[in-house]
Amino acid sequence: MSAIRTVFVKEVLENLRDRRVIFSALVFGVLLAPVIFALTTTLASKRLVRDQDQPLQLPVVGVMNAPNLVQFLRENGVEIVAARYNEASAMEAVRSGQRDFVLIIPDTYGEKLAAGGSAPLDFIVDTANSRTASGAGRAQRLLSAYGQQLATLRLLVRGISPEVLQPVDVRTLDIATPAGRSLLILGMMTYFCFMSMLMGGFYLAIDTTAGERERGSLEPLLSLPVPRDSLIMGKILATAAYMSVSLLLTLIAFSIVLLFVPLESLGMSANFGPRIVLSIFAVMVTFVPVGAGLMTVVASFTRSSREAQTWLSFVMMIPMAPILVAVINNTRPSAALMAIPSLSQHLLATGLMRGDAIAPMHVAISFATTLLLGGVLVWIAMRLYRRDAILG
Amino acid sequence: MISVEGLKKRFGSVQALNDVSFNAADGRITGLLGHNGAGKSTTLRILSTVIRTDEGRALVDGNDCATQSLEVRRSLGVLPHASGLYPHFTGRENIEYYARLHGMKREQVTQTTEYLIGRLALGDVADRRAKGYSQGERLKVSLARALIHRPRTVILDEPTNGLDVNAVRMLRELIRELRTSGCCVLFSSHVMQEVAALCDDIVIIAHGRVVVSGTPEQILAHTGTTDLEEAFVRAADGSVA
Repeated sequence: MSAIRTVFVKEVLENLRDRRVIFSALVFGVLLAPVIFALTTTLASKRLVRDQDQPLQLPVVGVMNAPNLVQFLRENGVEIVAARYNEASAMEAVRSGQRDFVLIIPDTYGEKLAAGGSAPLDFIVDTANSRTASGAGRAQRLLSAYGQQLATLRLLVRGISPEVLQPVDVRTLDIATPAGRSLLILGMMTYFCFMSMLMGGFYLAIDTTAGERERGSLEPLLSLPVPRDSLIMGKILATAAYMSVSLLLTLIAFSIVLLFVPLESLGMSANFGPRIVLSIFAVMVTFVPVGAGLMTVVASFTRSSREAQTWLSFVMMIPMAPILVAVINNTRPSAALMAIPSLSQHLLATGLMRGDAIAPMHVAISFATTLLLGGVLVWIAMRLYRRDAILG
Repeated sequence: MISVEGLKKRFGSVQALNDVSFNAADGRITGLLGHNGAGKSTTLRILSTVIRTDEGRALVDGNDCATQSLEVRRSLGVLPHASGLYPHFTGRENIEYYARLHGMKREQVTQTTEYLIGRLALGDVADRRAKGYSQGERLKVSLARALIHRPRTVILDEPTNGLDVNAVRMLRELIRELRTSGCCVLFSSHVMQEVAALCDDIVIIAHGRVVVSGTPEQILAHTGTTDLEEAFVRAADGSVA
């Protein structure tokens, strides 16, 4: 027991003096991740705000063909830009990005309308362009609102209630909480937390195994009257300590950064008070043994620090994969998913941030499976240390 | 007291040891002599319980290296091929780390470390980080580490490699002192002069086998020369049965 402590203290102290370790443990998690996060969310909210405030500019071909429609659009805050295109050149203008979208009012518009038929309008838009989507949506909504108005008038003229045209009246009740809408962005945050947790132990996992062998300090260490299990245990604990500190500091940094990020203007809010930060830490810290064990096992297999770095960079992606899939698919928590380490921490942490009620059963499953996997990985690392080949 | 019987060790397709047997007595200096790749380091690694032998037995003070490895390591001081100091630690911290791993109490750690720093004249450099040490300083610190628990048996793997004359002299003096205090000293080398200058007994090893062993006089008689260098070359080349 005291040997484990001696090794633990030594690894913590010695690595504290290694600039590389400090850089990867602190700079990435504590500074870089929150800064990247703050920048992306601020940019996103700026764009959203800009799109809402700006008057909608609508290039229109054939303004003279539909004075009433144009009048209606102007009254609704649309800035009409008279343009000269035919259909082909209008499409080209949208495709090249010269125009966001173009409305073409054909010469036959007035005729058809007067005859009580369907008057043609061509709205040219690139739906693959997400930048112009909100403006195009606004224009389309106004156009159909105008159509609705005309239809109502036509029915009234014929003495028919306009409700005839509305057999169903769909009401949409939006139950999304502001915090719920920020899920994608908050999902990104747990991703950053995992990254910085793993980065925190990255160099320690290498230095205490492949590095020690490379420096030739492993052989004298193994010839001391200390069981190898105690040596590797002390080393894994030191790696775990760096990972935990890295995680905690990153969470604290996030909670500070979130005070300055205009999440509200994105229609979001995040629960990130001290209690939530501690709960998220408690949930995510169960993953530390898995990460420390995994990185130590992989680094023990490699022949040099350099090789270990290459391998670990790949291995670090494994726990990240389920999180990315979950963020993209907006996966909801379930008992079965709680059996997947890293994914379960992600789901629980985002749940906590959203202010959802967390099922105790889910927490229990997540803790049990994650700690079990961590135990297995640590056990494998110990087995590896008992082999002759550990000396390389 | 070291006693080795019929050691065999294979690494993949290489038979590193093929029946190695010898004894090294307390109060004597025994030299393990052989060309590079003859099996010296493998033998020493088996003795320090870092690797396990495939066949045969290795005993240190009666304890079996395979089954009683913890007891063996307790009575053993090992100076391996590479000094293996921790670069971000000072010399003192490097020594103290090993003292703690030997289970010493706090006062004992400081006391013993202080004694060895004085004994090996490390006072000037003990509080500098090991990163900037010279070869000689590195050797001294790893020696202090190896001797921190006053081992009865000391194993040194090619300790004089890359050292200047002063450091070699210091090392020889220290090894003789260990003999005087009754220690069993086993050290490996591929330089005959080195071994001749120091050893009471010599074990010559070639291609994973002990070809000849005994006092320098016995070896000269066995190989039929008057020159130890010549005796080594003949023995190692297998021209003497």
